[in-house]
Amino acid sequence: MLSEVIQGMWVTIKHSLRSRETVQYPEVKEEMPVGYRGLHKLLLWEDGLERCVGCKLCSAACPVDCIYVESAENDPGNPTSKGERYASIYEINELRCIFCGYCEEACPVGAVVLGNQYEFCEDDRDKFIYEKGDLLVGSMEEVPELKARYSEQKLLKYV
Amino acid sequence: MSTEGTNTAAREPDILGPIRTETMTLNMGPQHPSTHGVLRVLLELEGESVVGCKPEIGYLHTGIEKNMEVKTYNKALPMTDRMDYLAPMSNNLGYVLAVEKLLDMEVPRRCKYLRVLLAEMTRIQSHLVWLGTHALDLGAMTVFLYCFREREAIIKIFEKVSGVRMMTSYFRVGGVAREPYAEFYDDCRRFLDAFPEKMDDYEELLTDNPIFLRRTESVCAISAEKAIALGVTGPLLRASGVDYDIRKKEPYSGYEEFDFEVPLGSAGDVYDRYCVRIAEMRQAHRIAMQALDGMPEGPLQADNPKVVPPPKEQLAHDMEALIHHFKIFTEGYHVPAGEVYQVIESPRGELGYYIISDGSPSPYKVKVRAPSFSNLFALPEMVKGGMFGDVVAALGSVDIVLGEIDR
Repeated sequence: MLSEVIQGMWVTIKHSLRSRETVQYPEVKEEMPVGYRGLHKLLLWEDGLERCVGCKLCSAACPVDCIYVESAENDPGNPTSKGERYASIYEINELRCIFCGYCEEACPVGAVVLGNQYEFCEDDRDKFIYEKGDLLVGSMEEVPELKARYSEQKLLKYV
Repeated sequence: MSTEGTNTAAREPDILGPIRTETMTLNMGPQHPSTHGVLRVLLELEGESVVGCKPEIGYLHTGIEKNMEVKTYNKALPMTDRMDYLAPMSNNLGYVLAVEKLLDMEVPRRCKYLRVLLAEMTRIQSHLVWLGTHALDLGAMTVFLYCFREREAIIKIFEKVSGVRMMTSYFRVGGVAREPYAEFYDDCRRFLDAFPEKMDDYEELLTDNPIFLRRTESVCAISAEKAIALGVTGPLLRASGVDYDIRKKEPYSGYEEFDFEVPLGSAGDVYDRYCVRIAEMRQAHRIAMQALDGMPEGPLQADNPKVVPPPKEQLAHDMEALIHHFKIFTEGYHVPAGEVYQVIESPRGELGYYIISDGSPSPYKVKVRAPSFSNLFALPEMVKGGMFGDVVAALGSVDIVLGEIDR
């Protein structure tokens, strides 16, 4: 009986001498891999125009119906996006979202992507309905983690 | 809640002799560390021995099966992850195979191999969680930490390949969600190469450990006949000595091409279940290695533009691809009317998807045959007549996931 216990203790001692696996979160944060499905981002083109053309395909693809899009015609003199239309309202209910990434897969222009951010909080449930202002980030040149993702996924550059 | 009737149950072993007292009904759960979820077990006790046991389920009911009826086939898929959250890839696999069967669709060989590789990694991962928590229930803390460390390595691979640690939704109808990342195969190989040594460590800690043996050997046994009668499947059934593994009996996703053994027990007690699962992890490792070594070249997605979305770069210049893309994500695809039952060997047992299609883009009815559900109801059979403390060991050895039981 004693030999098995000593054998077990030996395993424990052996392991205690190895390097530790513990990550001291939140002081140390692990880097999220390319293609992580975190908080949504809405991207711009390099010239500052919005990628989203208001086609509502993300909203249609969403399994939990957490995306609401309203689209409007672009003003030809001062366009918001490169297409004929743009999203005048773009809201994502982040409490309802299950982060499946279907919106990103559906988006034909690569406007909505799931970024690397996984920790976000608000002090009111209403504030979790993220609007365009909360979601828009600069062009992919300005967001390094998304840039890595773009080159990997070869999202298109048309319109 | 009536517990009448259990009073007259056979009182074995008769440790009290002629002394009889009133039986006591004890609630184990719904918040109890050893139930691994919200399960309530009503125990009828006479002193220290159990004379009746009744699992109460439904605390985690999410209406997944009903919900699937109002979603298209693609949109219903992420919900399958959330049933058995410890084996998401297995659940995805069962569902996509069922839909592919309805569509009469064949996926490329490389896709099959990739699915097998990931499904076996899922089996290792799920069994690791089981091993850690089961040992923890029986008082062995160290194994738990080691198991979760190795599990983390697999979960990290899942995170990189699918984007999320647990709710992967990686397998899709007609293929997988995206091409695996560049170092995927190297990562898998690195993990699998190191894994057998880790397994030896767990075994050194538990297999011959006298304390562990005392808690598990000839405890809560169930005979092969009773297990079959109760619809028990998976490692539980095989621990009772029944050679029944779906991967061998009804091969799916190319399992017939792999060389592996089905570990069997004999006594059907808690210790045998432990041995079977340990051996299964080694076999899963063997299958994963074969899948990795024999990974064929070629396409990953089935050639069916009506079901599989086209690659994104095609959308820029191919009008037809764009139309298919829009159709798939808005309307979905029409699945021929009919019904299908597809079973797979999930880490917990026979996981079946019964889907009825009426020809529309969403299923008419989905019924999931959840292995945990059937296995859990063998618990009364196991614990009756035993000691109260063994209920924890029995419950741990069943390896239930409440998300799957309640759906």
